[in-house]
Amino acid sequence: MTAPTLDPATPSATTTGTGVRLLGATPDGPVPLLDLAALLAVVEQAGLTGRGGAGFPTARKVRAVAAAAGRRRRPVVVGNAMEGEPLSRKDAALLGLAPGLVLDGLDVVAHALGTRDRLLAVGPEVDDRAVRAAASARSIAVRRLPGGFVAGQESAVVAALGGRPGVPRDPAVRVGERGLDGRPTLVLNAETLAHVALVARHGAAAYRAAAPQLLTISGTGGAIRHPGVLEVPRGTPLVEVIRRAGGDPTTCGPVLLGGYHGTWLAPSQLGIPVGDPRTGAGVVHVLDATTCPVRATADIARWLADQSARQCGPCVNGLPHLAATLGHLADAHPDPRLEAEVARVAALVDGRGACAHPDGTVRMVRSAWSAFGDHVRAHLAGHCPTPTSTPHPSGATR
Amino acid sequence: MTRLHLDWTRCDGHGGCAELLPDLLTLDPWGYPLLRGTGPGADRDAEVPRGTESAVRHAARACPRAALRLLDGTA
Repeated sequence: MTAPTLDPATPSATTTGTGVRLLGATPDGPVPLLDLAALLAVVEQAGLTGRGGAGFPTARKVRAVAAAAGRRRRPVVVGNAMEGEPLSRKDAALLGLAPGLVLDGLDVVAHALGTRDRLLAVGPEVDDRAVRAAASARSIAVRRLPGGFVAGQESAVVAALGGRPGVPRDPAVRVGERGLDGRPTLVLNAETLAHVALVARHGAAAYRAAAPQLLTISGTGGAIRHPGVLEVPRGTPLVEVIRRAGGDPTTCGPVLLGGYHGTWLAPSQLGIPVGDPRTGAGVVHVLDATTCPVRATADIARWLADQSARQCGPCVNGLPHLAATLGHLADAHPDPRLEAEVARVAALVDGRGACAHPDGTVRMVRSAWSAFGDHVRAHLAGHCPTPTSTPHPSGATR
Repeated sequence: MTRLHLDWTRCDGHGGCAELLPDLLTLDPWGYPLLRGTGPGADRDAEVPRGTESAVRHAARACPRAALRLLDGTA
């Protein structure tokens, strides 16, 4: 079980020279601070959505916290650099190469919300040396929290910051309403904050023209020769992203887009653009022709089952069963009932948890059928079409 | 509109709710409440049907984990 080899220290930025760059040079001068109405307007015009994976409109999130705060309650702003997704390195790349941009985003949002209370939560794998130095000069607290796949969920981050176990809580009361110390809490992903800083500095039109986005690209068995973090304009087709990272979209196997909670795509589907909702937190993981995609799906499902916070019954019981069933399928036991069993258990866990962990796991599993259904059916009939199957290095060392 | 809310972090699958609200809830194979007649993804909250409110309130009070709650439907 080894993590994919990625080198966030050598990103390759490919956006044009407009200065609207996420991993570019440090910008000149302080970021312009906007009042709430001005910030909401420009963020809305920019069309900014959360880069942590869920893709929720950022302006709506800010507005909800402002409304919850009203005149009497002072909100808290939290930057989320937990990066619990094993295939993602973009938050680490940002904090290493452009820490000022993330902190600018925190400053902008906090100013608009009328608070000085800004925190940055970093996961155990994220190198926070550069950002710590920059943050202390601005009196922003950097807190390293215990990791895990669900530890980056916003209510889990708030719980951990409050000294409790970092697990998601029941969503009946949102952290935007009552979060850290009972205060309205705005949690934004580190890349989202960097986008907010770019929007505040350059305006919505220039931002939309450049439309930068970070991706972490990796692959199995040499499918991607230059794994790491890429900055590309939204709209770039995935085929081009794969070529730039030293992959061959004409010979590769299925591609997992969006991370472990993401969507499998067939090589024929790689015309879809970066920015498609399935891009999620910007993970592109390319299988080579000798990796069985059914085995990869089963391994990832197993890893996700182990990452359950163990709070919600359907997740605790259902995900291990789902993973075991997929394991039998990967072993190519000739048993046609396995397909119905996967569908049955998937339906039993989907939507039945405090967080979206079961939903995301099921989404990834179901997409196997649309991306490589023929391969799945060959397994059901008792044989694997992958030439010389190598084990998938799923799951990460975390 | 009032909604029935299941706090999955609290529910331990005692199953009393499904006994008290057989028209609304059944139990899954592991003993956790399953809302009847809802599609995938609809299992965090459900609208409380007209006329069943007091029965749902009773079931919520009877839940030993206080996992079943009635919420105002604005959220």
